[in-house]
Amino acid sequence: MKCDICKDREATVHLTEVVNGSVNKLHLCEECAHDKSEEMQSHFGLTDLLTGLMDLGPSMPDGDMGQDIDVKCAGCGLTYFDFQRSGRLGCGQCYETFEGNLNGLLRKIHGSERHVGKMPFKNDEAVKDQEDLQRLKNELGELILSEEFEKAALVRDRVREMEEKLEG
Amino acid sequence: MKLDDLINGKTEWLRGEGPNSNIAISTRVRLARNVAGHIYFDHADEKHRKETLETLLGAMKKSNFLKNAVFLNVKDLSAVDRLFLVERHLMSMDHMKEFDQKAIVLEEQEIVSAMINEEDHLRLQVIKSGFNVMEAWRIADEIDNELAKRIEFDYSNKFGFLTSCPTNTGTGLRASVMLHLSALALTGQVLGVFEAISKVGMTMRGFYGEGTEALGDFFQISNQVALGHSEMDIIGNLQRVVKKIIATEELAREKILKSKKEEMVDRVSRSLGTLKSARIITSSETIKLLSAIRFGSDLGLVDELETATINEMLLLTQPAHLQKINGKKIATHERDIKRADLIREKLGVEEK
Repeated sequence: MKCDICKDREATVHLTEVVNGSVNKLHLCEECAHDKSEEMQSHFGLTDLLTGLMDLGPSMPDGDMGQDIDVKCAGCGLTYFDFQRSGRLGCGQCYETFEGNLNGLLRKIHGSERHVGKMPFKNDEAVKDQEDLQRLKNELGELILSEEFEKAALVRDRVREMEEKLEG
Repeated sequence: MKLDDLINGKTEWLRGEGPNSNIAISTRVRLARNVAGHIYFDHADEKHRKETLETLLGAMKKSNFLKNAVFLNVKDLSAVDRLFLVERHLMSMDHMKEFDQKAIVLEEQEIVSAMINEEDHLRLQVIKSGFNVMEAWRIADEIDNELAKRIEFDYSNKFGFLTSCPTNTGTGLRASVMLHLSALALTGQVLGVFEAISKVGMTMRGFYGEGTEALGDFFQISNQVALGHSEMDIIGNLQRVVKKIIATEELAREKILKSKKEEMVDRVSRSLGTLKSARIITSSETIKLLSAIRFGSDLGLVDELETATINEMLLLTQPAHLQKINGKKIATHERDIKRADLIREKLGVEEK
């Protein structure tokens, strides 16, 4: 099968386009497919989707006021207008600078603008040791109840060790 | 470990094991993180880019999970090598565009990998065989904690982990499962599944091919929402949705086996026949035929091929892999010949 565009090279890429509800099949060679894919990307991508969401911005029914789009982020120099075009923020500080605009956008994307998941792990040794100690004490109690005294003695030693470490 | 070792290596997800491996090929968990106080890659200058690269490489080299890992600068890789990594889902198309100050990290089983200085400073990825979201999450979570001891990540109490694209803000988590849904495709139920899951914050896309035409009926199901739900909620939701899809696929398979067994045997035998005798074969035809064989084998209609062999062939027959195996750049037509050669060899066809 020959390529639909250049009618010369062999078609190796097969595309299905849906334009206004009608299905259009395209058979392309690698080179023409490459050009075509760039063209398609410039037609529609995530950026357009985001921009589409942002367009709804200031007129949101919940009274969330949009900010001026020319405000510059002090961290990276990006304006909200730049972000509207690229769909990418420039640095962590952008989230503070553009908070007023981002609240509405994040709600549209995620249905929420407030994080409830994990926080960055803090290497708090003391907290971890306390948890370990409590776990060992629980284990000790269970072993004594089930009369497994040999095992219990071993665990008791570890509890003592741990307590000494935490006090020292 | 060298990049070339990956071809004959220990890649865990290719084994075709793990829970529900008759339908679920692999599970993937990705975390997006940025180094606090540094501008994101697209807007950063050379100095910032270099700093984040060095910070992340330094911390990752100390990770217990990455003792058997290679750390590669993208600019040192050839065009074929870069595409090779894209075909293995270890690198995004975006990551291979601009090379400077970008790196890729690969653990030898390919369970853990990372892109440094992609759109976000760090994209950490864990891939497991089969339907194994919890295990993949657990590994990603531990590495994330390990790294957080050495690096301060961009984080706000309100928005969570901050990312370049607001679609990832919050948990920075994307979890996905790749499913082989031939029975649902044959019975025309894929669109229904697609519509149902988009209502619950999930998305589904064909793994090979473009748009709605999913080559070989391989689909990837993933969460779309990253903010306002905890990691456990996101993972739990995905698990429930995927379980339901797997059950629906299983039911459809039972029905097909009852009503159309002969047709299915015919389909898999013809597919096997074509692969065994073809001299020139395109990548898309290969994917379709291997999919049919995998389906037949999962239905118990052929026992000639191991799932691992089918998975391996799906990967090795892709353009960059073929070129890597042959050790040189090969044009499209010659590639189709080399592909057919490789397939006959893997299927144990004796050449006269």
